[in-house]
Order: sequence, then C-alpha cells, then structure tokens
Amino acid sequence: MSSPTLTATLPAGGALSSLQRSRQRMAWLLVLPSLLVLLAIAGLPLARTFFLSLTDAQLSDLSARQFVGLANYIGDAGVLADPQWWQAVRNTLWFALLSVSLETVFGLGVALMLNHPSPLKALLRAAVLVPWAIPTVVSAKMWTWMLHDQFGVINAMLLSAGLIDAPLAWTADPDLAFTTIVLVDVWKTTPFMALLILAALQMVPGDCYEAARVDGVPTWSVFVNITLPLITPAVLVAMIFRTLDALRVFDLIYVMTSNSRTTKSMSVYVREQLIDFQLAGYGSAAATLLFLLIALITLCYMALARRRMEGH
Amino acid sequence: MSEIRLQGIHKRFGGNPILADINLTIAPGEFCVFIGPSGCGKSTLLRLIAGLDDASGGELYIDGRCVNEVPPAQRDVAMVFQSYALYPHMTVYDNMAFGLRHLKLGKTEIERRVRSAAESLHLTALLDRKPGALSGGQRQRVAIGRAIVRQPKVFLFDEPLSNLDASLRVKTRVEIARLHRALGSASMVYVTHDQVEAMTLADKIVLLKPLAGQEGVPSIAQVGHPLELYHHPKNRFVAGFIGSPGMNFFPAGVSMARSDGLQCQAGSATVLAEVNAAGLVAGSAVTLGIRPEHVQVGEGSLLGRITHLEHLGEHSYAYLDSDLSPAPLVVKLTAQGAVIGDSLRFTLPADRVHVFDAADEALPRLAANLAAA
Repeated sequence: MSSPTLTATLPAGGALSSLQRSRQRMAWLLVLPSLLVLLAIAGLPLARTFFLSLTDAQLSDLSARQFVGLANYIGDAGVLADPQWWQAVRNTLWFALLSVSLETVFGLGVALMLNHPSPLKALLRAAVLVPWAIPTVVSAKMWTWMLHDQFGVINAMLLSAGLIDAPLAWTADPDLAFTTIVLVDVWKTTPFMALLILAALQMVPGDCYEAARVDGVPTWSVFVNITLPLITPAVLVAMIFRTLDALRVFDLIYVMTSNSRTTKSMSVYVREQLIDFQLAGYGSAAATLLFLLIALITLCYMALARRRMEGH
Repeated sequence: MSEIRLQGIHKRFGGNPILADINLTIAPGEFCVFIGPSGCGKSTLLRLIAGLDDASGGELYIDGRCVNEVPPAQRDVAMVFQSYALYPHMTVYDNMAFGLRHLKLGKTEIERRVRSAAESLHLTALLDRKPGALSGGQRQRVAIGRAIVRQPKVFLFDEPLSNLDASLRVKTRVEIARLHRALGSASMVYVTHDQVEAMTLADKIVLLKPLAGQEGVPSIAQVGHPLELYHHPKNRFVAGFIGSPGMNFFPAGVSMARSDGLQCQAGSATVLAEVNAAGLVAGSAVTLGIRPEHVQVGEGSLLGRITHLEHLGEHSYAYLDSDLSPAPLVVKLTAQGAVIGDSLRFTLPADRVHVFDAADEALPRLAANLAAA
C-alpha cells in the first residue's frame, strides 16, 4: 500500500485559494449588517454633528446656517477660547480620575468580601447591586433630598451626632458640591466595579491559593503577589468602561447641581450651549471636542494596557 | 526522618461519611501510595495530612507531634497538585522561589536551591519561561521542583501524573522513583487511581474503598506491600481491584474440607484450592477467584470455547465460555494463533485459586503459597 500524496498544497506566492476567497466573502457578509447598523446609529449622527460644528446654525432653525469654517473651535469666540469650557474639561477629568480610582478601591474591597464563602453570599451580592440598579435620575433626586441643607437626613444625623455645628449646603456650596458629586457617583457605581472584580476573583484558580497555603505564604503576600496580578487585566478593562462612562457624565450633575460652574462637566456644557443658548453650531463644536478627547484618552489607555500585558 | 501516624481519623462532608476509622503509620522515608476507586476519599485523606482540610475526628501525628491544629505551612510538608497549581504570571524560577522567600532564607541560598532543583529536573533552560509556555510534562516537573526546593520532611503527591499522556507518564513515574531514592530520608505520600503507578512506586499500598454512605465500616480495605496485596488480598474488594485485567470470580459450593485445602464444586467442574478451610463445612456457598495470568492453558480437565479475544501484542486475553460459571472466564494466552470459536483445555492450579466466604473475606492461603509469593 502506498501512501497517498497530499494534494491540498498551500497557494503559491500568497494568492488565495477559491475556498479562502469564498470564506472571506462570507465573513464580510456576516459582519455587514452590524456595520450598517453602526454606521446608521453612530456614524451618521457623528458626521452630522461635525458638519453642524462648522456652521453658525441656531437650534430654532437649523436650515438657516452659514458655513464658518473652524471659527466655532479656534475663533475669538470659539469653544477653545472659552474659560468655562476649560473649567468643564478640568471638572470632567478630575471627576473621572477621582471617581474611578475610589470606585476601584472600594469595588476591590467589596469584591474581596463577597468572594469569601458565607451563607449570606447570594443575598449580599443582590443587596450590593441595589445602588447600580436604581436609575441615576432617581438616585440623584434621592441624594439631593437626603443632602438638603435644611430638611436633609444627612445634615440632621451629623448635627445630632455633634460632628457639625451648622447645616452644610452639600450641593450649593461651591467648595462642597464637587466632592458631593464624586461621592454620590462612587456610591452608585462601586457595585458595578465590585461585580466585575468579583468575576475576576472567581477566575483565579483555587489551587494556587492552596499551594501558597502549603508553602506558608502570608495572606498579604498572597494578595499582592498572586491575587492582584491575576485580576489586573480584568480590573483594567473595568476601569476603561468606567472611565468612558465618567468622561461622559451628565445626569448626576445635571440633576444635583445643574447650574453650578464648579461642577459643570463637558456634557453639561454641551447641553447648555445647544439647548439653553440654542447654539447648534457652537454646541456641536463642543460635542465634537468632547468626542475627540474621549477617543484620545481611550486610545492612550488601550495602548498602555496592551504594553503592560505584553510586558508581563 | 519523620513518621506520619493517623489514629482513628474520620471525615464527613455534610452528613456523609467520606473517610472512616483510618489507622495508619507511614514510616520515615517510606513511599506510601493511597489508591482506590473514585469517591473513596484518597485525595481527601492527602489533604487532611497537608492541612488543607480538617479531620472530623481522630489525631494526626507528624514526627510524633499532633498536628491537628497546626496550619499547613508549619507541618513541613510540600504538595504537588494534580493540576500543578503553578502561579500563571510568574516565571519558572519565581514559581519555585516564591515560597522560599517567606522562609527568611538568604538570596544566595534560594538561588542555590532553585538552580540545583532545576538542574536535577532538567529545567535550567526553562527558568525564565512562564507556565503558559511549557508543555504538560514540563509544568509537572516545575510543580515537583517547587516541592523539592522546600526540602520538606514529607512530600504529598495528588494524582501528579493523571494529566500526562501515557508515554510521559511512564517516564515521569521513573523520575519520581529516582527522586525518592535520591531524597532518601523524606517520606512520600502519593495518591493515584492507577494501579500500575501504585504497584511500581509503592513500598506500601493503602487501598481505600468508597463508603457510599455506609456507617461503621472502615475506609481502609488493606495495607501492605504491593505483592502482598496482589498475592494475599484480604477480601474480594482488594482481590478485584488489584491486578489488570481483574480477577475472575465465580460462585461455588464446598464439597469437602481437606487438610491440604478445599474441594469445591463450581458449575459442573470440581476445583481444588490450597487454602486454610477451617470453619467451613460441606455445602457452604463460597466465591472462587483466579487471576487471568494464573489459569494454566493447554491441557487439563476443563474445556472452554473462546468467545472474544484481546490481542496486546506480546500476549492476548481470551474470554472463555466454560462449565465453571455462566460469566466468561478471562485467561491470558502467551501462544499466538488462537481464534474466536476455538476450544481450549485448561486447569485452575490449586495453589493459585483464592476462596472468599459468604462475607467476601478471603480464606488464608496455605503457607506453601507464601513462599511462592
């Protein structure tokens, strides 16, 4: 018996075989519907916003517009010349940095506690999710009332405990408002972080912990040298999600401190220009800048994360 | 030098008994293998010794010290896990060195131990790799290396070869035996479900049987040297578990107890067994057993027809329909050329036949046999 020669040879010079070509066609066909949907719901609005940002359109009549080039961006009255815009950028970046860091730390703590076997585990997991499940507008209103300077329960508690002498204007006081916003956001989104980190913790193979136990590795060292490195990739992904969310923050700030300059985020600034001042062109320019900034930060973050992964 | 002594150890999960009444001494430097079918609690017993699980009762001594309340790290044991349990984000070097860094050893001492372990396990070229870039056999060696560098009194192996392919398993088995000789003074406790591993590695085999929810039965079916379990199984469970293919069993009735053994009637055949038949009377029901490799084929008074053949190259196993029992009798054939449908003559040598009483306990085989064993 002679062995049959292999007839399926590789295509010479990189040319694709007809099978490979038809597979490639099929692949494109399969992704085409999602590409079309993405183009319709993300690409078109983005293009339209960018187009409007090059005009002086008013919201009341979008058709009466004149092309003004980049004046809305870099003109004397452009977005980049407005100190309020830069204040909003600073606010947003600070907000994102503070809230995401705090959420990560608290989320990690909560996740570590939830990861411990307990008869109440399922109940605790559900309970922790409650702040995340409540719509932001509802929880923002709830906190606004709890933090009310005259009738709020927080001031009442702090007063009766003797921690403060006079009621604090949590959302109105320019020195306090920003901190308040960050804390409420941390309250709301820590569960999200906790759940993602908990999922990562449960992926860490249990026998690694047992090996460390037999080897007499102290608990703290196990956490730093085994747990943390193994959950870092998942935590980084969770942080990207949260950072993107935080950079777009709108509802919480709009509901709790809509007119305060000290807490105004980029999204709130954009809405103010577009709706309150009816400046469709100028507002679109701000919206485009917001988009570019978030895209830039995302790209940097992903490049860094990838470098880190490869470095490992 | 460290002796491991288990006294009346038992373990329950929920309400179910997993291990019952374990009394066992593992001598210093001994290679002790826990073996048994799935669910017999052999891994649990190992984890009890490691300190990863707590016994529900009884005492565990290592080196004469009761360690029931001692955390794993202070028992001076090292464990090799079935899944290897390597730290995926650390290099081979760090995997081995990580545990040592908490022992207040000098950097040079750690380096020396890791290098020498890597040397003896042929891992030197792989020290900078991560576990993900290693083959199964290499990971296994790293796991063993991580245990060696700690220089423990006791090595615990939890089915260390079960994730390797067959040829690598044989190689690593030889490596482990070599390691045991090299480490002389350290005791090894080794869990496996593979009886070839047990027979080839062990100084002492501990055969455990599943309790299956039963109360009042001890877990240990028999403890002894591999050949002792092979030649003198205490009961039918041990006889059936040790040996591959398994021992043939068939029901029989006692026709006469003689001074040189027991004469039984199995089917329409008469079988003689050289066992101490004290206490058995004519007419008692017994079970006879004989290993496939002990049936003498070629001539004799018994006749069987081949219904199935398994060729293993060097020898074959034939399944025979015979007068002995309705179930087929498996016999080992060293001669080539048999085909299905052939008839074979065979005998059951009296000094090779095992007899089990109604309670499945083995009757002691006569002294003459012991020498043969």
